[in-house]
Amino acid sequence: MTERLSVRKTYKLFIGGAFPRSESGRSYVVTSAKGEFLANASKASRKDARDAVVAARKAFGGWSGATAYNRGQVIYRIAEMLESRRAQFAAELVAADGVAAKKAAELLDAAVDRLVWYAGWSDKIGAIRGSANPVAGPYFNLSSTEPTGVVAVVAPPTGPLLGLVSVIAPVIVTGNTCVVVASERAPLPSITLSEVLATSDLPGGVVNILTGGSEEIAPWLAGHMDVNGIDLTGAAPDLAKTCEELAAENLKRVLRPPADKIDWLADPGTARMTAFLETKTVWHPIGV
Amino acid sequence: MDSFVLVGDAREVSTLTTSGFSDVASSNAALRGFLHGLPGVDKVGADGRAAMLGTRSIKTTAKRQAIDLAISMVDLTTLEGADTPGKVRAMCAKAVHPDPSNPDVPRVAAVCVYPDLVAEAVRAVGSSGVKVASVATAFPSGRSSLEVKVTDTELAVAAGADEVDMVIDRGAFLAGDYLKVFEEIVAIKAACGDAHLKVILETGELATYDNVRRASWLAMLAGGDFIKTSTGKVQPAATLPVTLVMLEAVRDFLDSTGRKVGVKPAGGIRTTKDAIKMLVLVKETAGDGWLDPDWFRLGASSVLNDLLMQRQKQDTGRYSGPDYFTLD
Repeated sequence: MTERLSVRKTYKLFIGGAFPRSESGRSYVVTSAKGEFLANASKASRKDARDAVVAARKAFGGWSGATAYNRGQVIYRIAEMLESRRAQFAAELVAADGVAAKKAAELLDAAVDRLVWYAGWSDKIGAIRGSANPVAGPYFNLSSTEPTGVVAVVAPPTGPLLGLVSVIAPVIVTGNTCVVVASERAPLPSITLSEVLATSDLPGGVVNILTGGSEEIAPWLAGHMDVNGIDLTGAAPDLAKTCEELAAENLKRVLRPPADKIDWLADPGTARMTAFLETKTVWHPIGV
Repeated sequence: MDSFVLVGDAREVSTLTTSGFSDVASSNAALRGFLHGLPGVDKVGADGRAAMLGTRSIKTTAKRQAIDLAISMVDLTTLEGADTPGKVRAMCAKAVHPDPSNPDVPRVAAVCVYPDLVAEAVRAVGSSGVKVASVATAFPSGRSSLEVKVTDTELAVAAGADEVDMVIDRGAFLAGDYLKVFEEIVAIKAACGDAHLKVILETGELATYDNVRRASWLAMLAGGDFIKTSTGKVQPAATLPVTLVMLEAVRDFLDSTGRKVGVKPAGGIRTTKDAIKMLVLVKETAGDGWLDPDWFRLGASSVLNDLLMQRQKQDTGRYSGPDYFTLD
């Protein structure tokens, strides 16, 4: 009897709810923590980043205009879909990160819980960040939160699933759309996550995931005039500096990489959500 | 026919009828005989050639040149029921200075408006050199009497239009009443006076490439200065293969009569890539002689912002966004 040949997969990008190949036609080999072949992944170019920004901008109106309740429901749905793919994610975490099966299960639980936690924040963030301001005049003065717009996210190279979920969810829960540069070394959890996103109720273009080199793609996103914010969590110090300089041109909101190693299992707090929020203040006359 | 002729070459026809162009419109039967005597278009060949030319890679300095040429060929168009004098003035300002922050950007070729807004557009463009084109003849359907169409044209010309974009009577064309279409074009051309006449074929309603070729020849024989694909109100509008067939028609018409006619694809051209594909098509089909705003125009509005964004990307090295250009 002949031995069965395994299918050697080549994964694609996730842009505008579809799975296109890289415009450049390039791909690269993804290996496990032990150096064994896992799959091929697309190596995104600057033009893929440009297309992803166009897709994110197109999705922004609908997503930011949806009710907070609705956004929360969609993110909860992502958690449900993630839960139903436990086995696949667990296997990928073991292969990619070299963690033990028990630890992988713990990280997976944390990722699902993190999504549910952020889903709950969708209609509550306004309560802690908005306010009714006392003013010396016959006006109601109300401040409310508004999403920043299109946010570029450089995903952390470690903690491929929990880290990824922990940077994407806070950006989109408040109504932003995003372009994510996935971890170059361990992109498989992000690719599988994009399959989860495509089959949950998330509108196409709200999350776009690019695999490939962050040194190559991130500066183009940082300099892009139609990107309103950039999260540099996964950028190395040199790259972060370059990106921050490029981001100054159109006054992007920048979230700098943390000085210390992040413990993704710790309580994230609200900082990641408020980093990409604007405040809108309305003066409204009292009476009649 | 020779087997190596890919798309069907109408040049052969001219040898048969060189003497006869004055007689072709003597009767509907003669006109029909001539138009149906044009060689058929190989649809698969035309689609294939247009797709192949669409894959040309135009980069860096060549792209820069193409962008500037395309900007200078744009007929900036607004043809909405909701057009106001203010909107027309804003569009004219953009036509004269497409990118106010950069005086190097060439002005566009023309603005295109409804007849009642021509006077406003003429005032707004002033002496900038931007032409004013007006649609006329019961645009976009063309369903009215000849008297109404002629008067429509006369009013547009009297208001100062440099160019008139007329629509043909597609109903008559499809019914085989070619002489009616021919005589209408002749009458409108007479009403135009010095104004240039662009004849809109509305290729999206003509069903076949053979009909596009016939309508092109009909419009050119009747005296049109330009042939234009579409009104922009019907899908599909200016596709690459249709433009290819029309470019072949003007090339062959020049060869056989010595008169040069321009081409204007309109509708559905939205990106710089679309515009550059059109330019490649012109270069490879009609030749360099048509790579000029006097002989080739792009009827569009949204493409201008994309051209400006790509131009800015080349200047600054960073991608631009729609926030930095006018909404129109």
